[in-house]
Amino acid sequence: MDIHALQQIVHKTRDARRKQTIAKFSPADRDQLIHKYHPDFRASAYRPIRFGPNEGEKTVVELATLLEGDSPIHDDLDLTPQYQTDVLVIGGGGAGCAAALHAHGAGTKTILATKLRLGDSNSVMAQGGMQVSVAPEDSPVTHFLDTLKGGHMENDHALLKVMVEEGPSIAKWLLELGVLFDRQADGNLHVKKGGGSSKPRLVTCSDYTGLEIMRVLKDEVLNQKIQLLEFVAAIELLSDDSGACTGAIFKDLDNQRHVVVAAKSVILATGGIGRLHIQGFPTSNHYGATGDGLCLSYRMGAKLAHIDTFQYHPSGAVYPEQLIGALVTEGIRSEGGQLVNAKGDRFVNELDTRDVVSSSIIRECEEGRGIRTMSGRVGVWLDTPILNVEHGAGTVEKHFPAMMLQFERFGIDISKDPVLIYPTLHYQNGGVKIDTNSETNVKNLFVAGEASGGLHGRNRLMGNSLLDLMVYGKRSGLTAAGRAGSMKQGKLTLEHLERFRAEAKQHGNVSGVISPMILPAYTRKAG
Amino acid sequence: MATDDSQNVIDQPEVMKPRMATIEIAGKKVEVPEGITVIKAMWYAGIDVVRGIGCLGGFCGACATYYRTKDDPKVKTCLACQTAVQDGMCFTMMPPFPARKATYEIQKLQDPKQDLFNFYPEAPLCRNCNACTEACPQRIDVREGVWKAVFGDFKSVSEMFMDCVMCGMCTPICIADIAPNLVALYVSRAQGAHFVEKPIGLDTRIKEIQDGRFNDEWNNILKMNDKELAEHCATVK
Repeated sequence: MDIHALQQIVHKTRDARRKQTIAKFSPADRDQLIHKYHPDFRASAYRPIRFGPNEGEKTVVELATLLEGDSPIHDDLDLTPQYQTDVLVIGGGGAGCAAALHAHGAGTKTILATKLRLGDSNSVMAQGGMQVSVAPEDSPVTHFLDTLKGGHMENDHALLKVMVEEGPSIAKWLLELGVLFDRQADGNLHVKKGGGSSKPRLVTCSDYTGLEIMRVLKDEVLNQKIQLLEFVAAIELLSDDSGACTGAIFKDLDNQRHVVVAAKSVILATGGIGRLHIQGFPTSNHYGATGDGLCLSYRMGAKLAHIDTFQYHPSGAVYPEQLIGALVTEGIRSEGGQLVNAKGDRFVNELDTRDVVSSSIIRECEEGRGIRTMSGRVGVWLDTPILNVEHGAGTVEKHFPAMMLQFERFGIDISKDPVLIYPTLHYQNGGVKIDTNSETNVKNLFVAGEASGGLHGRNRLMGNSLLDLMVYGKRSGLTAAGRAGSMKQGKLTLEHLERFRAEAKQHGNVSGVISPMILPAYTRKAG
Repeated sequence: MATDDSQNVIDQPEVMKPRMATIEIAGKKVEVPEGITVIKAMWYAGIDVVRGIGCLGGFCGACATYYRTKDDPKVKTCLACQTAVQDGMCFTMMPPFPARKATYEIQKLQDPKQDLFNFYPEAPLCRNCNACTEACPQRIDVREGVWKAVFGDFKSVSEMFMDCVMCGMCTPICIADIAPNLVALYVSRAQGAHFVEKPIGLDTRIKEIQDGRFNDEWNNILKMNDKELAEHCATVK
């Protein structure tokens, strides 16, 4: 059928739906729904990791294969460093920039290396906002409790307490750097309500929050003249004889040469795994989100946490084809956007946590109440025009300019017509286990941002990622910098790799997979 | 309750029977399915892309591309991840352009509006050709923004350039050698750091945390066992 004909049901039922309230699930119903429909519970997609720090624990097959993969490095590689530094930051997104700025600000020599350009990351795409408990009726404690509830009570309490308590001072730091957060008439920060949060707590820059923060942080990294290595991909870490991290080996993607960097501390801020397309899902993630940091730290002996749980953002675009997987910001649901099935019915409280909303959408589609596309996808409607009905003409245009433009390019006006959506692979809830200094169990190896794990439990709340990046980017940068003065550069060896390879051999690892992946293989090879 | 969804299928003739389009990528003719994005057309043609891809979501500005459509002499600009190919199209990705970025300590500026002319002395030399505005894939009125910056209306500039993805396509075409996106970035940061009211509520909250206002509540929560904590969480509405 013509798409407009299929959309009619959304327009027809809008008035009736406006008056309707849908209760959130009780904890028991929520668990039942998630166990039945959430991709985290599709047992066939999982297998135990055969060796290494998380031996015997289950994760998705795609990730397990990479974690067990071999290093591209031959043991006879010349480890004479081309660069020496106090702090080496790997990754140029939000966490990497925050780490580099704080390490540099503390007076230590800092290098920031990234496999794409400075700033190419998921951070730049964050639209929904950053959670900071600034409203008078809110508090860091409430922020803590909301996050814990959203994370199924499995969040690391110490990590979480630090994040919520440092939120307000991080917001102040960003304001001082010139980030233009939205304001109320009285000059205070405007806060929006996000899914799973009991109080309005999202500070925003319209729907360009990540872009605005990243424009400013990138500019500041350049102004501070922090040494940059762009288009170099980390392919192995270096260790000394005590097992502590002492640097990294990169591959220069322009000339395929190896680059060895000696560092007193290494901060991995390499982001998530969306481009592994776990369980065949499309993804909202950037081109480089291939989980490189997980593989590198795992070979060093760093323990991972919660690596069996991933976030499927409820609203990834399904139509048009060009936008499959692209995110339709949760901000639209925060402002009253409703999810509607093919029968014109709502089926979930749109502001429930992401795992609940995603599971509900999958349920609707599996039970035949979805809308199909000819490329074999299925989804439900997100009623976007309702925002203009509820809050006045022009609301969608004013509050969601990025969304408007993205769809307009393909001839769709989201202020007039609903959008077809289905969950998209969005975030790795777990990652490398860290302490409150952002350090792993491997000495002088820090991990910050999405690559780290523990803080978000089994489901991250909207807006907590930007805050996580800034808080733990800062803490890793400051801790690494604070240590540099009293430290000598350790030896550069591949002893950890020898140990890893021996273990792999023992477990008969003959998969032949080389990791990290660096970039996804989208190029058509034949034809 | 399962129902039949076989009627709920969106018509997509282009998906059922993709029409092939002949396009030119950096001067080379290739056939690709019509309607896929410029980036996907490159992958389809067997081209590995390292430089020129970032977020794939229209936010990072990495995939700035020049293109022309069939028989139209006008060379246009686009983001390769956000543009569909059509028959007769030719395109080339924009190489990194060596624009000069000024360096500054944003917080230490004494007179940001005057300082603009020290950091970017070329900014007032705009000759109104409007090529920058035409080049902007985000539909920002770039030319107007440059003038507003020069006249000190930093607030308007910061609002106009909130959509700027820093692709830099406004720069190579400027006959006055202005890099409008960099000028706007400076102006926006100066606006935020110097001309926006300080949010009092935020300072109050920071002080409350420093003064330990929430300590009793923390102590109470952190000594709870899992069951008590779960029950307590359930009371938060």
